[in-house]
Amino acid sequence: MTDVMIDARDLTKHYGPVTALKNATFQVNRGEVVGFLGPNGAGKTTTMKILTCFIAPSGGTARVGGADIFDDPIAVREAIGYLPESTPLYTEMLVLEYLEFVGKMRGLSGGGLHARLRRVVEETSLGDVIGKSIGELSKGFRQRVGLAQALIHEPPVLILDEPMSGLDPNQASEIRELIREIGRERTVILSTHNLAEVRLTCGRVLIISKGELVADDTPDELAARAGKPRFVATLRRNGRSASDIHEAFSAIGDAQSVQEQAGAAAGELIVEVVPKGNQDLRADIFQAAVSANLVLLGLEQRGENLEDIFRQLTTGAGASS
Amino acid sequence: MSQILTIGGRQFRSYFNGPVAYIVICIVMLTLGFFFWNTFFLFGRASTREMFRWLGLILVFALPALTMGLLAEEKRTGTIELLITMPVTEAQVILGKFLGVLGLYAVLLVLTLAYPISVSTLGNLDWGPVWSGYLGLFLQGSAILAIGLMASSWTSNQLIALFVALTLSVFLWVLDKFLALLPTSAASALEWLSFDYHFQSMARGVVDLRDVLFFVSVTVFALALAFRALESRRWS
Repeated sequence: MTDVMIDARDLTKHYGPVTALKNATFQVNRGEVVGFLGPNGAGKTTTMKILTCFIAPSGGTARVGGADIFDDPIAVREAIGYLPESTPLYTEMLVLEYLEFVGKMRGLSGGGLHARLRRVVEETSLGDVIGKSIGELSKGFRQRVGLAQALIHEPPVLILDEPMSGLDPNQASEIRELIREIGRERTVILSTHNLAEVRLTCGRVLIISKGELVADDTPDELAARAGKPRFVATLRRNGRSASDIHEAFSAIGDAQSVQEQAGAAAGELIVEVVPKGNQDLRADIFQAAVSANLVLLGLEQRGENLEDIFRQLTTGAGASS
Repeated sequence: MSQILTIGGRQFRSYFNGPVAYIVICIVMLTLGFFFWNTFFLFGRASTREMFRWLGLILVFALPALTMGLLAEEKRTGTIELLITMPVTEAQVILGKFLGVLGLYAVLLVLTLAYPISVSTLGNLDWGPVWSGYLGLFLQGSAILAIGLMASSWTSNQLIALFVALTLSVFLWVLDKFLALLPTSAASALEWLSFDYHFQSMARGVVDLRDVLFFVSVTVFALALAFRALESRRWS
């Protein structure tokens, strides 16, 4: 078996006159957790539906776990655990009953089925609700049932469409932990439009916009591309005027621009200093503050800004930086 | 095959988690009881002819209520996506769904056995026509259920599925009731397409292979169309 678990080539999908996906080509290796990022309607869900053989692409093809989506859709589906958007489940069924159903559909039976059931229930912490009907569960528990059904046959590939949407922060962090755990041995693709999520969970990001892949990189690399670090200092004025302070910081050799920022408390001032290159200006800012007889109350480095790059890539406003 | 049974079994059990199956069973049993006993003592004969006459008609109206949600509801809630992305073919999904509802229908038919059994305590019942009548009911019911499943595969709205299935099954049942108004050549063709024409001869105790084949063909044809509809989603 190769290490390339998902190999998509020139995937294109038209819905009537609308092009939902245009020549998407990408590969995902074993053991990678890849974030699929893009605004609503960018083509994330379409790509996932194609990979799970729910719909066929209008052009291009893909192989999942070595099997082609056209030639052997059953093998592709066997290799995948899938959690569709908004977690559609049979709400009238009991959790255990439902997981048993999925296990049987996935070819498990007897002792093997029960061992797997016990394992996924433990992994997803569903023990307390196993006898409840799915319709009674909170959104967080439903999401876990969705993950449990995707995991039951130990698939090498997991495709999760917005697994975190609608969860409160505690639930989200539990699910995130679980996905990271799963991602150690398996290949995971998850879609989201939450950028913070991607940084926390994914080793790689694919950004998709208007049906086209516009970026494929690690979150850190992308962030670095977003532009230079910025340094934000909070100062006590000590009676000095804003222009004095401005002057003091502008004297820093590597500073490109110095800007006062809004939101300071009375008697304080917030200044943003942008370096010429990628220099670390924290020491210089401290020195400048001391020599100008200002008290430095806080200093923060705001390096990356994934939001910015996301906005640039997905609105085509690349010139704004 | 095991996946077809798994889908069918789930469908069958899910009927008992909701109200529809109970409502349909109650309505069928009560209306049948009313129409059947209403005239039973007038005839003063230990016969189930009247029972089959009524049951054939009642089921034409009742069965589409069982099939309306089969695929429409899965499409509305999105569960169809999880079902189809399991390692199954569209044909297995259709057959599983069909078996699930057919199982429920079989339960309903077994419950109606209460009527011939009570009749047999009142007089000397000839069980031959009873069994052939049940075979007819089963076959006509299969055809209606398949048509209902097909209607359910065309929409994600249960009410539309119900309406389409009702229209088709009532139309096919009623076809031979207006023959007097038509020229003979058209009349015999329409008669042959009518559910009731084929069913009534079985209810009289005549099992003709042509009647059996008619219902089986309608069933297979409707299931094939449902399969096509489910599969077409891939290419839309």
